[in-house]
Amino acid sequence: MKNDLLFDFTFDKPAKKAFIDREFDAELPLVWDAFTKQEILDQWWAPKPWSSKTKVMNFEVGGRRFYAMVSPEGMECWSVQQYRSITPKTNFKFLNAFADENENPELPGSDWDLTFSEQNGRTKVSVTIYNESLERMEKMIEMGFKEGFSMTLKSLEELLESLSGK
Amino acid sequence: MRKYLQPIGCVINILNHMRRDIFQAIADPTRRAIIALIAMQAMTPNAIADNFNTTRQSVSKHLRILTECELVKQEQQGREIYYSLQIEKMKEVDAWLNQFRKIWEIRYNQLDDLLLTMKKQKR
Repeated sequence: MKNDLLFDFTFDKPAKKAFIDREFDAELPLVWDAFTKQEILDQWWAPKPWSSKTKVMNFEVGGRRFYAMVSPEGMECWSVQQYRSITPKTNFKFLNAFADENENPELPGSDWDLTFSEQNGRTKVSVTIYNESLERMEKMIEMGFKEGFSMTLKSLEELLESLSGK
Repeated sequence: MRKYLQPIGCVINILNHMRRDIFQAIADPTRRAIIALIAMQAMTPNAIADNFNTTRQSVSKHLRILTECELVKQEQQGREIYYSLQIEKMKEVDAWLNQFRKIWEIRYNQLDDLLLTMKKQKR
């Protein structure tokens, strides 16, 4: 059922943009609510086992959502999203920035643009994220990953060694 | 004590939680044995199950976990599905991009389930 739903994820590194297109098997008003109402957002926004906790949300131009992603150990990652424009049930844009628990943003943030369209009872959501500091982020994640991956690869190597030694 | 993380720390922590799955995959002795079996050649679930004293259901559960961790890949050949090992995948330089993709995939799969529940409630 889920398998034929469009899911497209692309990066344009020179343009510092990420594009995420996804179809949902639901009508537009429902999907719009899922992206714009805090009680629904908090149920799906954080990848499990993380959870999402919205402290403030005024979905209006100039308004904001101040929320945290909370790890199973209780670590909190706060972000603030400032709504820049809203075209009901069609599009909204916000400036996203990581923050501390007192809502002090860490700039520069990233620009998000979300477009909603419906066809044959399915709703397509197109997200564009422009991230000024994408390169810096990429570099740091890559560093973190190299460490993690070398550990994973080491386990695999050990495993394969023990197998061939049989 | 500070309870919040720096932005990069957040991203890496989220990704680490997902990568922990890979460690879990390798930690289980049956799954290690399955990896060893299919490292040599692609095999069908039945052929894999023949090597173990457990049920076929249990073997398919392990195969599902390995697939979710992207350690193995499935390929349809005629009426059979063959499983093979995919170590190269983890060595890709751009692996971190795939992990980002994974965050969105998980997030949106959660939304799929939620939308389904909401649709049912509306009726």
